[in-house]
Amino acid sequence: MDVGIVSYGAYIPRYRIVPQEIGKVWGTDGEAMSRNLYILSKSVPGPDEDVITIAVEAARGTLRRCGVDPKRIGAIYVGSESHPYAVKPTSTIVAEAIEASPNMTAADFEFACKAGTAAIQCCLGLVGSGMIEYGMAIGADTSQGAPGDALEYSASAGGAAYLIGSKNLIAKIENTVSYTTDTPDFWRREGQDYPSHGGRFTGEPAYFKHITSAAKRLLETMGTKPSDYDYAVFHQPNGKFPMRVAKQLGFTDQQIEAGLLTPFIGNTYSGAVPLGLASVLDVAKPGQRIFAVAYGSGAGSDAFDISITDGIEELDRSAAPSIRELVERKKFIDYATYAKYKNKIKLKEAIE
Amino acid sequence: MAVARFWRENASRYNLIGTKCGVCGRVYFPPRSVCPTCHRKSIGKMEPFKLKGEGEVLTYSIVHEAPSQLEMQKPYVIAIVQMDEGVRITGQIIDVELDELKVGMKVRTTLRKVSDDGAAGVIHYGYKFMPV
Repeated sequence: MDVGIVSYGAYIPRYRIVPQEIGKVWGTDGEAMSRNLYILSKSVPGPDEDVITIAVEAARGTLRRCGVDPKRIGAIYVGSESHPYAVKPTSTIVAEAIEASPNMTAADFEFACKAGTAAIQCCLGLVGSGMIEYGMAIGADTSQGAPGDALEYSASAGGAAYLIGSKNLIAKIENTVSYTTDTPDFWRREGQDYPSHGGRFTGEPAYFKHITSAAKRLLETMGTKPSDYDYAVFHQPNGKFPMRVAKQLGFTDQQIEAGLLTPFIGNTYSGAVPLGLASVLDVAKPGQRIFAVAYGSGAGSDAFDISITDGIEELDRSAAPSIRELVERKKFIDYATYAKYKNKIKLKEAIE
Repeated sequence: MAVARFWRENASRYNLIGTKCGVCGRVYFPPRSVCPTCHRKSIGKMEPFKLKGEGEVLTYSIVHEAPSQLEMQKPYVIAIVQMDEGVRITGQIIDVELDELKVGMKVRTTLRKVSDDGAAGVIHYGYKFMPV
């Protein structure tokens, strides 16, 4: 049975802050940070936005594009490291907000930046085994970076949703493989507001090792080489890492260009590869092939081999905003406004 | 607000489920159990009716003195929106510059945080309007 993507949708909050504005506050050369990370601006959620509102907007866009009755969705999984509740699922609220409840299963996933692709894999399994007709997988985050920390220049917000099924596919998922180890490169303990990370340790033994291992395993399994793919999407904690890992694996800048969003919106964590893939799907044509590899700290990588079908021409892509439109819909804010929107200012209790 | 009281209204707050009178066809939001035009003739004939979520701004006000739940968003916009189905809804307009606001502006609903019961309390979500 062919299993794959039936529809997709995305959402990016409209607020943006530039690295120079952050650097100005902390006495750091924001210009150099921007250059070193290759991040020109990052998205910031509004004061009334969180992972639930982002996930719902992406999920509604997904359904507007394909017209599938939400009651036929048998599972909704939302991957995020910034679920608004520690206990109380994001996914049940999304299910209610798209009218998929109640005859379905739902759960929240967490695996740093790859919880969204883990959700896609679960839906593939459930659809492929015939347990459900459709599954919705969402990756979304409103990630946190401690004030003044290097992460503050990149941690942003956004998300994308995927309707996984076996009929009317716009893209067939040919195969998916993963590579998982216990690597403590980035973590956040229960109750902590901000994550901690291993600095340079997040690079070679973490991001690069896991992405290249999963990617090579997928290429070997499929008997393919990088030039067989029209597009490639890699996890993008900054603008530089995906370009470097692409080069290491033998992919070109042209192959990753369409799915490289971090320079404009920052690192959307669980939303990163789902949004990058959505950006490719916005422009992809039948017969084209996509290579996508997510990475989540802790650590693991999920790799996907995806073929675009003729069905993409039938999908009403214009029924929801394209990634380009979402990226261009922006309002720049200063650090004070950013601090207010991100709850970084200590307030009187009456205002909270 | 009590958890259960808000929860009972989730269908309306998330998905704009109102009611339609089975006698005269008028649409109401929030839902009504009796049609104020058809009175007793409408009893048992009020059907759930989902609004598409699109409409235009009929009138609006910019609020500078905010209640505590909206303190972080002031100045913010409250508008009466004429929905395509004819019913009028009061709601917040978001993601709009104040100098771009105008009567007749096309808007659509989106889900946003409306309020919460403090840092440890439940978060309430509901519709707000954004420019199309």
